[in-house]
Order: sequence, then structure tokens, then C-alpha cells
Amino acid sequence: MAMTKLKTFPGGLHPADNKQWTASRSIEFVPLPDELIIPLSQHIGAPAEVCVEVGALVKKGEIIGKAKGFVSVPVHASTSGEVVAVEPRLHPSGRPLLSVVIKPDGEDDWIDPLPQGDPDKLSADELKDRLRDAGIVGMGGATFPAHVKLSPPEEKPIDTLIINGVECEPYLTADHRLMLEEPERILQGVAILRKILTVDNIYIGIEVNKPDAIALMTEKCAGTDVKVVPLEVKYPQGAEKQLILAITGREVPSGGLPMEVGVVVQNVGTTAAVADAVINGYPLIERVCTVTGSGISEQKNLRIRVGTPLQHLVDFCGGLNGDPAKLIMGGPMMGMTQLSLDVPATRGTSGLLIFGEDDIPLVEQGPCIRCARCVKTCPAHLLPTTIAAYARLEMIDEAEEYCAMDCIECGCCSYSCPSFIPLVQSLRHAKAAILEKRRKI
Amino acid sequence: MSGIYLSSSPHVHSGETTDKVMRAVIYSLLPACAVAIYFFGLPALLILILCTGGCVATEAVCNRLFKSKLSIADGSAALTGILLALNMPPNSPWWLSVLGAVIAIVIGKQVYGGLGYNPFNPALVARVVLLVSFPVHMTSWTTPAPLGSGIDAVTTATPLGEWKTAVMLTGKLPENISAGMGDYFIGNMAGSLGEVSALALLLGAAYLFWKKIISWHVPMTFVLTVVVFGGIFWLVDSSRYPNPLFHLLTGGLVLGAFYMATDMVTSPVTTRGMIIFGFGCGVVTVLIRLFGGYPEGVSFAILLMNAATPLIDRYTRPRVFGTAVEGKS
Repeated sequence: MAMTKLKTFPGGLHPADNKQWTASRSIEFVPLPDELIIPLSQHIGAPAEVCVEVGALVKKGEIIGKAKGFVSVPVHASTSGEVVAVEPRLHPSGRPLLSVVIKPDGEDDWIDPLPQGDPDKLSADELKDRLRDAGIVGMGGATFPAHVKLSPPEEKPIDTLIINGVECEPYLTADHRLMLEEPERILQGVAILRKILTVDNIYIGIEVNKPDAIALMTEKCAGTDVKVVPLEVKYPQGAEKQLILAITGREVPSGGLPMEVGVVVQNVGTTAAVADAVINGYPLIERVCTVTGSGISEQKNLRIRVGTPLQHLVDFCGGLNGDPAKLIMGGPMMGMTQLSLDVPATRGTSGLLIFGEDDIPLVEQGPCIRCARCVKTCPAHLLPTTIAAYARLEMIDEAEEYCAMDCIECGCCSYSCPSFIPLVQSLRHAKAAILEKRRKI
Repeated sequence: MSGIYLSSSPHVHSGETTDKVMRAVIYSLLPACAVAIYFFGLPALLILILCTGGCVATEAVCNRLFKSKLSIADGSAALTGILLALNMPPNSPWWLSVLGAVIAIVIGKQVYGGLGYNPFNPALVARVVLLVSFPVHMTSWTTPAPLGSGIDAVTTATPLGEWKTAVMLTGKLPENISAGMGDYFIGNMAGSLGEVSALALLLGAAYLFWKKIISWHVPMTFVLTVVVFGGIFWLVDSSRYPNPLFHLLTGGLVLGAFYMATDMVTSPVTTRGMIIFGFGCGVVTVLIRLFGGYPEGVSFAILLMNAATPLIDRYTRPRVFGTAVEGKS
């Protein structure tokens, strides 16, 4: 391994990863909070349609919101208890969105019977239905419904499955711990995904900053044709298109999906959830989440229930350490800042990062000195500073001509800009404006 | 829980700042400044002080006049001053330095809106304005007189100047053309303050490479083009044209290639663009040196290519990820 050049993609950078705080901490189970706030919108696509009323008693795993359309998944109660409210609550997106509020009864009773199944006996379509019913979505952060990703049209044959264990966001160690603690579950999930897609090329991509995970997964995959691929440590190695390029050498066309090059990518957390859904009959009501940063007393990896208020996670981690300056859901490169700790964790919550005042780079924006750092690091090979300038001037046609829509919003440009120009932020503005323009035409 | 920040990602930063970039370039020039003072004595120190002080003061005055934020702390004005000083002849009068500093900052930079907006390298703008306006002052050179050596500086020509005069008069290389390559390398020759010592300049350039402030594309292409293109002429007629090493070590090539052509503001941002830029600088330099009226062409070459930078950037956009893949255009 030391002698061969590690696989990666062109561009990108090496932010301080700060994973040492939690990389060796085992996943801990968080006790039930006083109240669970379960948003009906936890995935890309149409929000689920609420199907319980205030006062209803629900079991753990019971559907409380029905899928609405193909690109949608149902939402489940993450414990047993009473529905005490169905109302808009502050959502990680920053807006109040319709949520089901459950007061746990403390029994944590599962629905009976659980829809357990034998993956060998179920057909590919039955497996996909099972995943949809269990609410399986991409847990790397995008929360795209898994059954949709696993249903490519016939003219797009899939020959490769990539399991994403890269976890390139600094600070986060949830996927790392999952690979170390539950490799069997991940491999059970791999077997199910393989059956659904009928593929023979299966890779598990892991950055070499997790040598223990690479060693363990390699050991567990011995004797199978699943290949563990050590990858160079470089952000955003875990971005779907960059990962596909690194492992297969295939380049997903601009504006296209991985299926265009015959590849499906699933995150390790999603893969483990797939196994749970099919074999145990568990819907996606739990996930692993890293709570970290200088603003928290004890940094931990947690198994959390969907709907747990962030405050409860903070309390479980010994409370805040000083005044928090930023609450970030997800990692520091692409995570979203939160208004308050009353917001619930959802299926996409891979981390809660709490920054103190000292962690925040507050430097005045300067002029672009054309140092080209953004150009060199952009994994989409754009000219971020040029597009950002067009965006600021509302020259949207020019921004589009410079391929603004190919921006993956990884943030490398803003991270590396010595003049603190909000480049990716301007690119987001350009993208929104281009979409707006296209809608009007 | 008052005062939490809401912002869009990313929430971390590399810590690299414009000030740090400028400071690193200034540090990298310190060996060249030291060599200049060693070989040319107090007049060199005076020129360095006047140019740097002049640029910083002019920048402050401009900030005041244009009612813009005081920008001298970013280090760019001081850097322009040092680069200008390194482009001055060691025995030039004091007022020439001051005038150069004012020209560099006002005409070279502030009229365009300050740092980041100037199309031409400010120090080179000043050097060229001075060269065409005060040709006598800007082209009278002296031999080095190392500190404590007791040698008196005497008026002489630069090696490139000697060559050009000889070629113009006799059509042949001067007798001693290849003598003293070692002296040329350490800087023991006539020339502007900063161009003489390739050794000191390369030392600083190594620091810039190590700090990843500059990349190889512009300087290496520039130098290689001069060596190859100049070398071709030398191979064709070595009785008339100087050898590539002479091109490399005499004159302002190393200073220009590693410190002036690499000026981020005025050079392309794309990788292919940087290579084209370096190539263009090299070709124009050789053409001026061998066939132009001036013995040295580095400054003009860089300024000409500065003018081409927006065009180069436009036509060398990198291939965007996923475009022009089979089946898509």
C-alpha cells in the first residue's frame, strides 16, 4: 500500500481533520428524551403525509407519515408513546416544518410483528419495497431515497456498487465507528444491495486516515469479491462523483447521475440500515452521529433516535463547554448552522458540531488577488472566483456559461481563499438564479 | 445562548491570508536585498528604503484621497516598493526612487482600484516609465564594490549591455563573454540592485515553492523558453549570440521569472494559461534581447503578457468535471 499511489481525484484539499477527539470513542446509546420531534420532511422529495392524530398511541416503528409519490419515503415513530402534537416545529433547514411530536411512554415497544425477511428469499422488487417502507434514505447527508437510487431505468445498466466509507468531512467519525463496530451489518447490507442491482463489481472506499477500518473491512471481506479500496486523504473524496472517479476512473457527465456510468453509491450507514430493514424489519429510526467540537464538554459518537432534540444530545455529552458560537449540523465543510438546540436530529444528521468563538474565522473580506487557490482546489474544475464575480454582478448568463451548475458546493474555494471571499456562497446564489431563470423560460 | 452565528458552509478556513502571502514574498526577497546591499553598499540601502517607504506612503495618501480603507497593512505596497528597488540601478539619484514609487502605486495600482484590480505589475510599470523617461539615469551601471573591500565602484555596462554594444559595433560577441559565470551566479556583476544575484533569488524562490505561494508553471516555463529559444540562436551562430547560461544568469530573467511574472494579480489563474504566459514572456524576452533596441527585455515581456492575461484566461478555461465526456458535449 505504501508503495503504490493511492487512488483519488484531481483538485481538493487537506483541511485539519480533528477526528482525533472521537475516532477511538465507541458508539454510545442515548437514553430516551422527554419528547421526540419527528419532521415529516427528512428526505429529498415530497414530504411524508401525516397519518396519526394528536392523542394517538404509537408503537416503535409505526408509520406516522405516509410516503407521497415515488420519490418519497414514510416516516416512523422512533419509540412507543403518545402523539402530543402535530404542528410545525423548527427544522434543521431553518424553517418550521410539520412534525409529529411524541411523548415516549418509556416502554420502547416495537410494532408487532416486525416485517422481518430473508434476503435470499425475497425478490429484488420486494427488497426495494421493503427499503422504501422502512424509509431508507442516503445517510451521508443527501437523504435521497435509496429505493429510487436502486431503480435505474433499463437503458442504464448498473455494473458497479460503491460503498462510501470515506467520511471526508473533518471532525466526523460516525461512519468510521460504524465500520469498526458493525462490519457484519454493513456486509449484510452489501449482499442485499448486490442482489437488488445484480452487480459483480463492489468496492468499499475508505480514506487511509482510518487504517483500522480498512484492515477490519478487508479482513471481513476476505474470500469474497468485495474489494476494499484505500483512498488518499483529501476533501471532498467522499463526494459521489469524485469517489466514482477515484475508484473506477469513470467520470459522471455534467448534470448527470452516477447511473449514467453504471454506478450506484451508498453510504456505509445507509448500507447498515438496509440490512436492518430487510433482516430485522427495523425502519430507519436510528443512526450514528458524532457530537464534537470545542463547544461541547465530552465529544462522543452516539446512536441517536430520529427526532431527538439536539439539546438532549448536548446534555448527554456533559453539556456545553462555554458559550457556543456556532451550532453546525453535519461537518464543518458542508454542514448547516442551526438557530437553536431545540431542533431535532433527523435521518441525515451525521454530526453535531459545536464551535466556540475561537473556532470561527472572522476576517474581513478583501479583494481577489487572483492567487488561483480556488481554481486549483475546485474538484469540479471551475473558475470559482470568476463565477462568483459574475454572481455578485448578477451576470447570471455568464455564470451559467462558466458552468456554475456543475458546482458541488463542497466549499474548497471559500476554505482556501486568502481574501475570505464567500465564493461557494456566491456560487449557490448563481445556481439558484440560474434555476429561477430556467423556470421562467 | 445569545450571539450564535448563522452562516452557510464552509465553517472553517485554511488560515491563509493575503497579508501572509505578501509577507512570505517579502521574506523571500530578503536574501536578494542583502546581496544588493553587500555589493552596492549604502546607496542600495537608500534605494530600498526610498522605494519601499515611498510606495507605502503613496498608498496611504491614495487611500486618503480616494476615501478607501487604509490598505498598507496588507503588505502589497511594501512588496511593490521592494520589487521596484530591486529593479533600480544602484547609483541612481534619490528622487528617481521616489518618483518610481509614486508612479508604481498611483499609475500602476490605485487608479485601477487598488490591490487585485491592476492589469499590469505596478513595479514594472514604474520601471518602464522611468526607463523611457530617464534613459540615462536608468542605464548607467556600476561595478559592484563589496562592503569593506575598499574597491571603488566604477561606471560600466551590464553584461547584456556589453554584448549588445559589441554585436552592434562588430557583429560578434565581446571577447570575455563567458568569463565569470560563477560571478554572475552569485551576483558579482553590474546590474540593477536585485537582478544580479541568481543565487539569492533562487534561495528566496525555493522558499516560495516550499510555502506553495508560487507554482512552477510560470517561472519554469519562462526560464526554459528563454534557455531553449535563446539556445537555438546560440547553436545557429555562437559567434554572435550568447549561450543559454548567459541568458539565464545575466540581466533580470531570474528576478522577472520568479518574482515579477508570478505576480498573481497580473498573471493567469488557469494552469494552461500560466504555461502560455510563461512561454510568451520567454519568447518576447529573447526577441527583445537579441533583436530589440534595448539590451534587456524581461520587463517589457512581462508587461506585454500582463496585457494578454484576461484573454489567456478566457481561452484556457479548464475542462469542467463531466463535460466533453463521451455522449455529452
